[in-house]
Amino acid sequence: MSKFKKKKSGGIPAVNTAALPDIVFMLLFFFMVTTVMREVTLKVKVVTPQATEVNKLERKSLVSYIYIGEPTDLLQAQFGTADRIQLNDAFATKKDIIPFVEGEREQTDPAEVPLMTFSIKADMEAEMGIVTDVKQELRKANALKINYSTKKTDKIVD
Amino acid sequence: MARRASPEINAGSMADIAFLLLIFFLVTTTMDVDTGLTRKLPPPIEEEMEKPPEVKERNVFQVLVNANNDLLVEGEPILVTQLREAAKEFIIGDPTFTDESMPEGRPTDVPLLGRIMVSKQIVSLQNDRGTSYEMYIKVQNELVGAYNDVRNEYAQRKFEKTMQELEAGAEDSELFDNQLDAVKKVYPQRISEAEPKNVGE
Repeated sequence: MSKFKKKKSGGIPAVNTAALPDIVFMLLFFFMVTTVMREVTLKVKVVTPQATEVNKLERKSLVSYIYIGEPTDLLQAQFGTADRIQLNDAFATKKDIIPFVEGEREQTDPAEVPLMTFSIKADMEAEMGIVTDVKQELRKANALKINYSTKKTDKIVD
Repeated sequence: MARRASPEINAGSMADIAFLLLIFFLVTTTMDVDTGLTRKLPPPIEEEMEKPPEVKERNVFQVLVNANNDLLVEGEPILVTQLREAAKEFIIGDPTFTDESMPEGRPTDVPLLGRIMVSKQIVSLQNDRGTSYEMYIKVQNELVGAYNDVRNEYAQRKFEKTMQELEAGAEDSELFDNQLDAVKKVYPQRISEAEPKNVGE
């Protein structure tokens, strides 16, 4: 009888938590793959409008962003509520757009310069005046491939 | 004495490390899904060397948007939701090109279809500096949508494929590439944007 150990009766084995880090690593890899390191802190409030005929921006490395909107609530005390342009972390005026375009061009491979796109992220309530000024400056800088950043929706309503 | 089985690594701390990394990534990255309307701006004009050729009124689809976000199309106020249909009707026009109110045609060389009559349609968009960007995008969306719908219907009628199929296959197949080219030549996307007015401050 001593050869057979008496089995402990009762007691359910504890939950095996070895799989828990696996699940968490999967979530982590998902985030690492689908997100982009935020390089720019938005100083303007931008709620993009919605559109149906949208396409995805490919090759995000060749896309430069121009933000247009009201300054964020924290900065409104200093900068007022008029629409402003933000380029790369700082407020800018329309005269800064041509140097900005050239700066972005210098940072990309000359072979890829014709594929560069400039994405205009303007707030829904921004007025066309400032957007048109930006477009005119982009035309003068010969940056003709542009993209209006919008959310995708299924239907346009009045 | 049998060797004791090595104790299992405590997996609890691995989960903690993983959570920390996860929170780091959640905080520092954005899931900006970048979709948008891709457009091509017209090249800059150096100076008015010569006046551009006059375009006949029947060939132009005039779209006006004022500072109140009201739409006036070909002289009639309409809603944004009606714009697409109106634009499609204009772009398709009259297949025989005899209707005086519809655009004229001009013989053009189109791949795969030879020399056919192509409409001289052009859409002209005029904003006001006070028009809201949202309205501008809606109008652009509907105009681009009208062109896309017309092209799609044509591609399905003539080649029994959708535009998406043609675009997806264009790189690999020369036939698809030619067909895509043909559809684009029959209905070129001509949206001309004028300098916005500045009516009233």
